Amino acid sequence: MIPQVWRIEQRREEYPGTVTLALTREGKSRDSIHPGQFNMLYAFGAGEVAISSSGPGTSSDEPLIHTIKSQGLATQALCRLPEGSQLGVRGPFGQGWPIGLVKRRPLIVIAGGLGLAPLRPLIYSFLKGQLPARSLQVFYGARRPQELLYQQELEDWGKSFELVVSVDHADSTWEGHVGVITDPLRISTLDTGNALIFLCGPEIMMRFCIQVLRHKGVAESNIYLSMERNMKCAIGLCGHCQWGPNFVCKDGPVFCYRNVRQWFQINSL
Amino acid sequence: MKTITDLLHEHPFFNGLAEKDLQFLSGCTSNGHYKEGEYLARENTSADHFFLIRSGRVAVETFVPNYGPLCLMTLHGGDIFGWSWLYPPYRTAFDARALTSVRSLRLGGKCLRDKCEREPRLGFELMKRFAKIATDRLQATRIQLLDLYGPHPSQGDRQP
Repeated sequence: MIPQVWRIEQRREEYPGTVTLALTREGKSRDSIHPGQFNMLYAFGAGEVAISSSGPGTSSDEPLIHTIKSQGLATQALCRLPEGSQLGVRGPFGQGWPIGLVKRRPLIVIAGGLGLAPLRPLIYSFLKGQLPARSLQVFYGARRPQELLYQQELEDWGKSFELVVSVDHADSTWEGHVGVITDPLRISTLDTGNALIFLCGPEIMMRFCIQVLRHKGVAESNIYLSMERNMKCAIGLCGHCQWGPNFVCKDGPVFCYRNVRQWFQINSL
Repeated sequence: MKTITDLLHEHPFFNGLAEKDLQFLSGCTSNGHYKEGEYLARENTSADHFFLIRSGRVAVETFVPNYGPLCLMTLHGGDIFGWSWLYPPYRTAFDARALTSVRSLRLGGKCLRDKCEREPRLGFELMKRFAKIATDRLQATRIQLLDLYGPHPSQGDRQP
């Protein structure tokens, strides 16, 4: 697949080193993107990287929204691009969140760090009444208060559904929770029999959250998670993102925990 | 109007404790109400009490020179603050500051220690409960030390 050229319509710095880009392509609409799916973003001359959609809208006439943290060569280049500059886009790719399973069930969203980005479209779907969830609880863990994504939106979201934000480290100006996100998860009341859990964050954080969820009696089949792996081709050909029998780009990035549990036990894949 | 014994009954920490033990505990318990900014306990002072938080939020802090108070964790309704009363030299390790209005139960450590020495059954029961809290906190601290959301050298460019 050849990347198509898109333009950065808007660039917002979430915190130093992390930006949210709104991308448009003049005169042409895009394919609709399912929450949890990703695009390959190409910084010309630097490389291509898989970034999940973080936009509030998924329809084809809205800009593409991606939140990117500067950490490798390609993401550093993308984060430096100013408004008006061009980049390449391929996609959308992969299997997103299984919205069809939500059907009036309680939905629990657990995000860590940048992991809130792929879950943001779901939150907006809920707020717009498009997600048939009975209720929504969101647990969001971050390193420091200054490293919280979508800070203004977090304030608004807290008025519409149960939102628990916890940071690992904070000074005395922060008045919210301090401690790992597994703590509020452990003491919270969850509908463990029926709730659907969508989880995204660093793999190690997801592992500890799953331990808590399992201890509380949540079934493996009710836990879905979005994986981070090194994706290159995005169509299951190159093999860079192979994870057991799966290719994360094609079979994921969202997986049911029941189907991938055994691959979590292996240190390096 | 709820009695201290009723409140102890309600607190999850004392779930399943024998009635006579709760009656004894209520004798060394007082109600505490702290306004925002007030300290429940101060670092390196005599640890004569521990606190059952009924409602509100409490920051467990330490003061770092040239930086100020650093919050290590926050506690909420249902949580416990303080186990230094149980182990020599009985000095509180951290500050506990009310972040909101806090209602708590304050239990006397010294009278409990004496009672536990005389009644090993109750002592063992309390020790198990405090050991659970201590191991949960240790586990949480270890996870915090992992710096889950920080950059890792092995991390590629793929992002969620």
